Amino acid sequence: MRAPLSWLREYVDLPASMTGRELSEVLIRAGLEVETVDEVGAEVTGPVVVGRVLTTTDEPQKNGKVIHWVQVDVGAEHNQASEDFPQGCRGIVCGAPNVAVGDLVVVALPGASLPGGFGIASRKTYGHISDGMICAEDELGIGNDHSGIIVLPPDSGLEPGDDPAEFLLLRDDVLDIDVSPDLGYCLSIRGLAREAAQSLGLTFTDVVSKPTPATTAAGYPVVLDDATCPIFVAVSVSGIDPTQPTPRWMARRLVMAGMRSISLAVDITNYVMLETGQPLHAYDAARLQGPIVVRKARAGESLVTLDDQRRTLDPDDLLITDDSGPIGLAGVMGGQTTEVSETTTDVLIEAANFDAVTISRTLRRHNLPSEASKRFHRGVDPDAAYSAAHRAAALLDELAGGTVWGDETVAGAVPAMPTQEISAELPSRILGVTVAEARVVEILQASGCVVAAADGQLQITPPTWRPDLRDPYDYVEEVGRKVGFDQIPSVLPAAPAGRGLTREQQARRAIGRAAVGSGFVEVLTFPFGSAEDLDRMGVPGDDPRRALVRLANPLAETQPFLRTSILPGLFAAVNRNTSRGNDDLTLFETGRVFFAGSGAPAPIPVVTQRPSADELAAIGSALPTQPTLLSAVLAGRWRTPGWAGPGEPAGWQQAFALADAVASAIGAVVVRKAASQAPWHPGRCAALVVADQVVGFAGELHPRVVAAFGLPERSAAVEIDLDQLIALAPTGGSIAAISGHPVAKEDIALVVPDEVSTAEVRAALVDGAGELLESITLFDLYTGSQVPAGYRSLAFALRFRAADRTLTDAETAAARQAAVARATGLGAQLRDF
Amino acid sequence: MTGPTDQADLSQHTIDGHVAAAKAAFADAQTTAELKQARLAHAGDRSALALAYRAIGTLAAEERKEAGQRLGQARAEVAEALAQRETEVGEAELAARLVAERVDVTLPVELGPEGAAHPITALIELMSDVFTSMGWEVAEGPEAEGEWLNFDALNIGPDHPARGTSDTLFVEPLSDHIVLRTHTSPVQARTMLDRDVPIYVVCPGKVYRADEFDATHVPVFHQIEGLCVDKGISLASLKGTLDHLAKAMFGDRVETRMRPHYFPFTEPSAEVDLKCFVCHGNSVGNPDAPCRTCKSQGWIEWGGCGVVNPRVLIACGIDPEVYSGFAFGMGIERTLMFRNNAADMRDMVEGDVRFSRSLKGMAR
Repeated sequence: MRAPLSWLREYVDLPASMTGRELSEVLIRAGLEVETVDEVGAEVTGPVVVGRVLTTTDEPQKNGKVIHWVQVDVGAEHNQASEDFPQGCRGIVCGAPNVAVGDLVVVALPGASLPGGFGIASRKTYGHISDGMICAEDELGIGNDHSGIIVLPPDSGLEPGDDPAEFLLLRDDVLDIDVSPDLGYCLSIRGLAREAAQSLGLTFTDVVSKPTPATTAAGYPVVLDDATCPIFVAVSVSGIDPTQPTPRWMARRLVMAGMRSISLAVDITNYVMLETGQPLHAYDAARLQGPIVVRKARAGESLVTLDDQRRTLDPDDLLITDDSGPIGLAGVMGGQTTEVSETTTDVLIEAANFDAVTISRTLRRHNLPSEASKRFHRGVDPDAAYSAAHRAAALLDELAGGTVWGDETVAGAVPAMPTQEISAELPSRILGVTVAEARVVEILQASGCVVAAADGQLQITPPTWRPDLRDPYDYVEEVGRKVGFDQIPSVLPAAPAGRGLTREQQARRAIGRAAVGSGFVEVLTFPFGSAEDLDRMGVPGDDPRRALVRLANPLAETQPFLRTSILPGLFAAVNRNTSRGNDDLTLFETGRVFFAGSGAPAPIPVVTQRPSADELAAIGSALPTQPTLLSAVLAGRWRTPGWAGPGEPAGWQQAFALADAVASAIGAVVVRKAASQAPWHPGRCAALVVADQVVGFAGELHPRVVAAFGLPERSAAVEIDLDQLIALAPTGGSIAAISGHPVAKEDIALVVPDEVSTAEVRAALVDGAGELLESITLFDLYTGSQVPAGYRSLAFALRFRAADRTLTDAETAAARQAAVARATGLGAQLRDF
Repeated sequence: MTGPTDQADLSQHTIDGHVAAAKAAFADAQTTAELKQARLAHAGDRSALALAYRAIGTLAAEERKEAGQRLGQARAEVAEALAQRETEVGEAELAARLVAERVDVTLPVELGPEGAAHPITALIELMSDVFTSMGWEVAEGPEAEGEWLNFDALNIGPDHPARGTSDTLFVEPLSDHIVLRTHTSPVQARTMLDRDVPIYVVCPGKVYRADEFDATHVPVFHQIEGLCVDKGISLASLKGTLDHLAKAMFGDRVETRMRPHYFPFTEPSAEVDLKCFVCHGNSVGNPDAPCRTCKSQGWIEWGGCGVVNPRVLIACGIDPEVYSGFAFGMGIERTLMFRNNAADMRDMVEGDVRFSRSLKGMAR
């Protein structure tokens, strides 16, 4: 809502010195979102004065155009004397067709500046020195008219040299307010003036001043056939002069409010709507056929609306109809057949009220936001209809020479507002600041409520323009807004002792830190995906990652699903980084993926009570499963070559190491098993196993995947289900006594067939070595001439220690022998050095 | 083997000569290795003094005592000289080594690649910690959420415009009533349904809007919301909590303002503004010094808040006659922009490692 300050001043006696910006501060405090204050006309600076045309000479040009060489009296201060005009004047070249001797015009003299930074200076043109410009409306930014220069009326009282700004309504402060859905009545000068008056304690004059009379059918016949239209006022005005222009003041205000001036009759309905908040519609009475009936649409009906669109109607659309069928989409937009035209002399003014929900559904169904629907879907004061109709009729009478019929129609009635009872101390309790009962009553009454107080209870009936005042807390907010939120103290509440982060939250933090500490950079990508991504990753058709959840309205048609793997997003991030010259990458992301749920719809329980356990369970089971994954991609080099040594490529080793580090951060131990899983290299992929459960995969990416996603050669990746990993992490460990007895070290080198994994050999050694074994480390891996083909040599360093004694050589040797024996069972042979 | 001669010369003069020779040899030794040679020669088993000592037995009994004393003294003197020289040589060698082993301490070194947490993750932890330190807990919930929990339970009725496909992302088909949560408020609803009162929780997380994607809008972003339900909770409690959070985030000098607003799930509702960090309000009404940060408004919007609408309490099974609550929510990205001058929200989701590495440790 754009509200000119001058218009507000008509209904609230603001101090003359108050600026739009000062008023905006007041309104912001009261909860109105004033987005900008436009200082309209501020762009017009310098000498812009009234002039009188003394002479004009037509000078045809070669290009067929006729220019006028005009002498203008611009007042003693600005006139320059010449031989022909000893009293002085200015010579101006003017192209407008309507220059006439004796007319009062608006002249921008050299030194003036007009909207758009257009500076006026003396300049030579068409063989004359033109000493300024005679202005049209659009050049001053006060209208759209460029058909001719502004001609001021002879009775304006203006003289050459005067400042025309006030007469032209050139300058004003316009407040642009984003009205929230609960304050529909502020989509009017009336509502904003009331808020301003109440906030400043000033007198408010209500433009809606005529009480709505009892139902009467004396005027044009109207039938209300649907409960969603409680009241319909129809006032007839006949004999208007359709040629009468819209007066400057009205057109100017419409433009400042963001509307266009169209024709006098239409402008009047718009003007009154802006002023009162009541949308009006003017019908050409001659084109109406039979009684107006307000009803819901019937199957198959359609309507051509004022915007020339034929609209197929829905049975829930509320219509204005006559004998010809639909003539308007109630509260949204009128129809073409009955619209007023340049020949209309008899007008029927409609001022009706419609149910907010019905209108909002229609406006969304037809995607037809209009000034009327904007107001109706927030709720319009039903008691304003009668006054607004009469205000429009009176303006048609005054400005267009029409005659208002004495017989009018008021169909239906203003609905009663619901009374609410609240405790007088409720506002104090909820606001946290004491507001005495008398002050509460005073505020609510100033807001238009009828309040009856008894025994600490308040019986409140809101005014007809406040459908938002309904619940007890609505009144609390109303009191709070008027007291001012800046009056509310700041009191930090004391929460009961908490338990801090949950085990899962702590674990996720520890994991994130471990990844960062291991040299990985966290990124965030959009959690959307495509089936093509899975194809390119080589994910088979029966893989769980194919249980995609499709969005009904995806942001991009290329990514219509929720992701089931984070990796494609990370691959895209790798590409973005490498395209920007960041070549060595260790990226990770922690986030959710989504797998299709049961397929059953989620119920929508009622909101008047807590849903049943079954309803909540049904919502839960309808949702996609949404585990949190940690995914990482490595590309380029792990270590760049430098003075200290050669570089090291990033690859599967670091991918495995990240998995180990992440698990270790929460005390879990990952066992890797060779696996074949998309998108990894089948010979370089490990299933990550914790407590016999696969929690993820890591390894080098498949060469085809590397090619399909355009990744650097030998890029590697990790993807781990954190929910699963964290659930498997140990809890409540105990600290063993630290043995002070000496350690016994034994090295074991084994020649092992290639098909037996290192982990298997290690596990056999551990198993065989028994409880004296303190630690075991692989310290050498050898393949080559010293061992047969198909075999490799693995060398382990074992450390033995007892808690209670120094081990004897015999004990150590026995443990060693047992370890070797177990390994030999796997096909390993002890290697002699 | 050469043994003591019959005529062993154990005279004072001879012994003094041995001692002097030993001392001279030690003094001549410049390195540990040279000193070792000198030690073997003059204090070793085959040194003159050692041989002389062994020869004591060949003396007449009455001479032995005196010769023993003489030799004992001489050997002690040599040992002392040796120890002293060993210390000197060791010190000198260490000093030389320390000089020789000097490195250029300004050489670039690394343990491995430089890891970094995403600034959004780091800020979520920071903001959550402000609350857990006050006894609040951190609650979480699903991102694909039941429509009832995202809207209806929060007094956002079926006809609310935010429920349209132009604002909210829906799982197909629409009749499944599953949305990508548009705020973390459904976690508040879940908390009220799951936990006993009193409730003091914050809900950080990812949220989705069918929004445009530009420097100040991303369709997937992060929020932190807070919910408090207890006896005697008021708008003043909300103000106190927000003031505390604002100070923790922006320092003690930050100024906040609560401005009435409208949200379906709170009543009264407000937006919380911060005094502009850039112009401190000086751009208001001052066209010569406009402020791009606050658009010369003097304040910048941080988040929304209010007293929990009793309709929401009822839908979640809490008696509004006994309990009242407040809720608030703000964008993490927005907070990051204010705290750390991040200018373009697109940088936060494009995965450029330079963005993630731009805030470290205490500089967050």
